[in-house]
Amino acid sequence: MCLAIPARIIELEADKAVVDAMGNRFKAKTTLLPEAKLGDLVLVHAGFAISLVDEEEAKKTWQLIAEINEFMDTQNRVSG
Amino acid sequence: MLDRINKAQRDIDAACEILGRQINIMEVCGTHTVSIFRNGIRSILPSNLKLLSGPGCPVCVTGQGYIDAVLQLADRDDCLIATYGDMIRVPGKDGSLEIKQAKANIKIVLSSEDALQLAKDNPDKTVVFVAVGFETTAPATSVVVKEAAAGSVENFCILSGHKLVVPAMRALLSEKNHNINAFLCPGHVSAIIGYGAFAEIVEDFSRPCVVAGFEPVQIIEGLCEICRQLSAGKAELKSMYFAVVTEKGNIAAQQIIDECFEPVDGYWRGLGEIQKSTLKLKDKYAQFDAFRRFSISEEPSEEIKGCRCGEVLCGLIEPPECGLFGRDCTPQEPVGPCMVSSEGACAAWFKYGREKRRKL
Ligand code: SF4
Repeated sequence: MCLAIPARIIELEADKAVVDAMGNRFKAKTTLLPEAKLGDLVLVHAGFAISLVDEEEAKKTWQLIAEINEFMDTQNRVSG
Repeated sequence: MLDRINKAQRDIDAACEILGRQINIMEVCGTHTVSIFRNGIRSILPSNLKLLSGPGCPVCVTGQGYIDAVLQLADRDDCLIATYGDMIRVPGKDGSLEIKQAKANIKIVLSSEDALQLAKDNPDKTVVFVAVGFETTAPATSVVVKEAAAGSVENFCILSGHKLVVPAMRALLSEKNHNINAFLCPGHVSAIIGYGAFAEIVEDFSRPCVVAGFEPVQIIEGLCEICRQLSAGKAELKSMYFAVVTEKGNIAAQQIIDECFEPVDGYWRGLGEIQKSTLKLKDKYAQFDAFRRFSISEEPSEEIKGCRCGEVLCGLIEPPECGLFGRDCTPQEPVGPCMVSSEGACAAWFKYGREKRRKL
């Protein structure tokens, strides 16, 4: 549950963003990261951007998430 | 990449040889636990270096009394329970949310915003958000509490079980029989609180605290830094997760936590009551506090019979030392929360513990 997902902000209106992570698009809020801009890569945790992140780090984390998801699928459960 | 791993591994070996004694490093983050197992990191470490999985999985550390309080609310017909998926299978005195799900008043949400939306969509019910997690999720809860207050969403409330990591680390080190020489500190919690938050552990207890990312190379380099410090007789604060973690952390997130919550004494599984370790809504948000709204409290409750999660979380035993592990307790039929959560130490041991090291 502590896992944060790197994602790119592709739409932003006030603190409501649409982000893209590994081709998945979802809503996120930037309330906790007021400096976030369109096009930034951010770490999204439980629906909120919590920090900026660089490209290289994002790629590494995506890879790890893919693996953990695989793990969780085998456990057949949804994660927060 | 392999060069870096090999170098760190050589340095770890050298430092542990100089040390010549058993050393134990505790990770306090469920995602570290999974990554360590997934990548077979334990198997490449020298025999006198042991990794302990500490209280880093929010579902696992949540006290039995809190789970029972959630289940009690789930029995009410006027409530809708909104919870992160991880909590759904945790067993309480009287079943689990999953078992009660048949009543259709339990909804899995991916964010606190979804919980608030649920309240707006169901004006005839009171939505109770099961607000668990460390400093990473607490700001997300704070945002919606403020939104609910601003928008007068009166049928929304939260049951705060939010926990703070640093008080738990202090509690562990204050136990007389603890065996922790250093901490590998959590990455994403540190993104919020800043690595500076661990300075008090280094100063008060002389234990190295190193923040690392989640990649195998980052974890191994973090362990290497700790071994280097220990072999030099030092205890220092260091972050190696440069891409994400700063010394001061996310100030906006810290401010919003402070605005909504105050730290109070609270129960942790295995660790018991820890001073100022749990977040309670401030009086000005009392109407959104499910504990106060329904006059319930988190009673210290007996832990599940035979389950040794408490000792696992304190690093006192490894999961296979629990008599139920692998036979009576499996991820398919978990007995305790450390097997329920995919970030739990028991689940990680079950899945990866007996596998050979994978290629890094
Ligand atoms: S193996 Fe199961 S019963 Fe034993 S400590 Fe872990 S979760 Fe509890």
